[in-house]
Amino acid sequence: MNSLFKYIKEVVYAFVSLAKGLLLTLRYFITIKKVNITEEYPDNRKTTISVKERFSGKVVLVHDENNEHKCTACTLCQIACPNNSIQIISKQIETEDGKNKRVLDKWVYHLDMCTFCYQCVDACPQNAIEMRNSFELSVYDRRKLIYQLNQPGSKLKEKTTVKEQQS
Amino acid sequence: MIEFTDITAWIHSLLLSVMTPTWTYIVELVLSGITILVVLLVCVIIMVYMERKVAGFMQLRWGPNRVGPYGIFQVIADVIKLLLKESFSPNRADKVMFNIAPALALCVSLMALAPISWAPGLTMWDTNIGILFITAISSMGVIGILMAGWSSNNKYSIIGAMRSGAQIVSYELSAGLSIVTAVALAGTLSTNGIIQSQADGWWILKGQIPAIIAFLIYVIASTAECNRAPFDLAEAESELTAGYHTEYAGMQFGIFYLNEYINMAIVSIIASTLFLGGWMPFHLPFDYPVVHMFNHIMDFIPTWIWFFGKMFMVIFFMMWFRWTFPRLRIDQLLKLEWKYLLPISIVNLFFAAVIIVLHWYL
Amino acid sequence: MENQPIPSPTELRTEEFVVNIGPQHPATHGVLRIEATLDGETVKNILPHLGYIHRGIEKMTESMLFKQSIYLTSRMDYLSAHINNHACSLAVENALGIEVPARAKVIRIIMDELQRLTSHELWWGSCAMDIGAVTPFFLGFRDRERILEIFEANTGNRLTMNYITPGGIMRDVLPTFVTDVKELLKKIKGYRHEYDQLITGNFIFQHRTQGVGYLSKEQAISLACSGPVARASGVSCDVRKHYPYDGYEKLDFQEVIDYGCDNWARYVVRMEEMKQSIHIIEQLLDNFPTGDYRTKIKGVIKLPLGEYYQRVETARGELGVYIVADGSNKPYRMKFRTPSFSNLGAVKPTTVGLKIADLMANMSTIDLVVPDIDR
Repeated sequence: MNSLFKYIKEVVYAFVSLAKGLLLTLRYFITIKKVNITEEYPDNRKTTISVKERFSGKVVLVHDENNEHKCTACTLCQIACPNNSIQIISKQIETEDGKNKRVLDKWVYHLDMCTFCYQCVDACPQNAIEMRNSFELSVYDRRKLIYQLNQPGSKLKEKTTVKEQQS
Repeated sequence: MIEFTDITAWIHSLLLSVMTPTWTYIVELVLSGITILVVLLVCVIIMVYMERKVAGFMQLRWGPNRVGPYGIFQVIADVIKLLLKESFSPNRADKVMFNIAPALALCVSLMALAPISWAPGLTMWDTNIGILFITAISSMGVIGILMAGWSSNNKYSIIGAMRSGAQIVSYELSAGLSIVTAVALAGTLSTNGIIQSQADGWWILKGQIPAIIAFLIYVIASTAECNRAPFDLAEAESELTAGYHTEYAGMQFGIFYLNEYINMAIVSIIASTLFLGGWMPFHLPFDYPVVHMFNHIMDFIPTWIWFFGKMFMVIFFMMWFRWTFPRLRIDQLLKLEWKYLLPISIVNLFFAAVIIVLHWYL
Repeated sequence: MENQPIPSPTELRTEEFVVNIGPQHPATHGVLRIEATLDGETVKNILPHLGYIHRGIEKMTESMLFKQSIYLTSRMDYLSAHINNHACSLAVENALGIEVPARAKVIRIIMDELQRLTSHELWWGSCAMDIGAVTPFFLGFRDRERILEIFEANTGNRLTMNYITPGGIMRDVLPTFVTDVKELLKKIKGYRHEYDQLITGNFIFQHRTQGVGYLSKEQAISLACSGPVARASGVSCDVRKHYPYDGYEKLDFQEVIDYGCDNWARYVVRMEEMKQSIHIIEQLLDNFPTGDYRTKIKGVIKLPLGEYYQRVETARGELGVYIVADGSNKPYRMKFRTPSFSNLGAVKPTTVGLKIADLMANMSTIDLVVPDIDR
């Protein structure tokens, strides 16, 4: 008699536990419009997509409105990059005082090798580069993935000395 | 409203005026077979779409919605993809058995459609052993699976086919006993007769507890027969890649896929015929004028809506089970059948017999 | 072939056959090849073959600077990326003897525990999926997504973050960090009852996991298992309790130990660990310190001559980082003692004698991440 009761209890317990699971999926089935978790990309590119501000999309060299950047071609970012995605090509020019100075010629960025690890931005002492959150970066031709980050005609932003600031 | 019997009578008279009665019989058989196939294929298309949408909704996502509005052309895209794939066979597979297996599985499933009653007067083969025929045919379904598993020359396929064979043969018993319960309540083996006996209420209401238990056991046992989750060891994706149809590609795999859905459709048609009334509208068995008016209102809804509505409701149950429950292991599955479902259905049959003899049903 | 024993006419001749599960397989959580010898349905022997995703991380670190080596460790066990970075950074900080500000310590622990939560959510989803139910996969990922949004908003990446660095953390968190995390924890606690409804209380799941996959306490110790695998067999081995690091000594949380030794015990231990992680984060959010987030290390990091070891508790078990430094700016040798490598040994004793379906259930509760095994 005892085993019969255990048998029936097991069957009833099985039914009840399975029914609870069924109710959960039925609730999801009926209220799908409210509980839906699909991110409907690419239909929502203009509407509800939310990419966070700090998302590491790609590296940019910051230019202000006068087309000036802050990179002094110190190559610290090139040393910090783990897999050689950055190539700093610098050139020597003559300043007005007659001294030889090294300035940036080309800031080459290999997007096809970049791992978006933020080490270059962290290593830059002048805060000249940052990472923007654009993520639609695919192209059909691999050669288009090698960018030159400094815009044509841009030059180094002159650092104002303390005397010039005070006067 | 146009009754289906009018259309069939018109076709019959048209054919009789042209050819001899023997030829009329043959042409009618062929025509009804083609019609049933077309209707069933449309149902299968709806079922495949429904499965993917139901799966999506239960998993908090939309399901297919890119091919056509709300994804209604997804099935057509899938079928075109399957048709364009290469159907090859493995190197040392048994070529004859390998190529026959899908066709055999499909033929066996389709044969079970003959005695089903789709509407009042519309039955392809109206015999008085309809249900017995269906049970006999559906137990032959295991041959196709075993042939497919064995002839693939692949260890995974053999394991899957053996599991599936053991499973189907065992669950035939409980399903059969539930059918016997319903047949005992109705008193006849012919599908038409069973549906007519539910004219004053479906058996699931009239037969009370034994009928409800028999219905549940039938749904569980037939889910196992169709190799659907939670009993889908034969094609357990996360264990053996694809079980008995691993080596099939292209349209041969498409035939197995189709066969699974046709099995589901047949099983749900039988469940709705035996317990839910087939094409019979929902009548209450009491004897009050309010109830008579209610029954009259129910008669206005066409019979094909009742039929397909019930069929899709049982199919929805089967899909609901699939996307909720984890899978059972093979020994747990067989233990469930032999130690739980079979004794319960025997006891249930005994109680149903007591109720029938004492006329305790409504 | 001669000299074969001729079976008597009444005996059925059976053979064992060898089945390769993997390397491409939906259930092995990575590329792992398991050579299983089967006798019908029963498993007679298991032989795992590793190395399909060996990338030479330890060799690569010998030619990279220290900060770059730390960035590489998040790719080992990518489900505990923060914790891997934390281990390496702690080793470097102990070697250099620098002090990390209090705010950085608290943020590091919060990121660690959030990472543990994401790892266990993913484990829950894939454990249920291996056993057959597909719906919990999406539920687990839904909750994981919310935590990953916080990671994305604060650190910039979702999977391999490179956020914890020697000296502190890379960037300060957003001003809304505390409110965001509080809201997130409320949502996660609200979803817990759905897990119980769908899987934990499910009759089929309980029968698939209870009594299956027995790993005794002696076996767990002799195989050097750690993490939830060992704690479910009664071995008390939580590194956060025995060798606390970086602020864990001040926190009040329990070490979750169960004596069941089977799959169900491992499942329960991980579910309980999720609750303890939430408890830890709540304690830290209540008094969130202000101040500096990083002590800047000047120039390129150069470790003094010597050997340094640091152990942490990842979501899988105990991770050990062993650095041999020779005074230059690159490590001479960096060795990782990864938890999944030792836990892999637990697959064989738990499965021999059971069925194939149990092999899948065992592997999913032992929770192997294959890139962690062959780094």
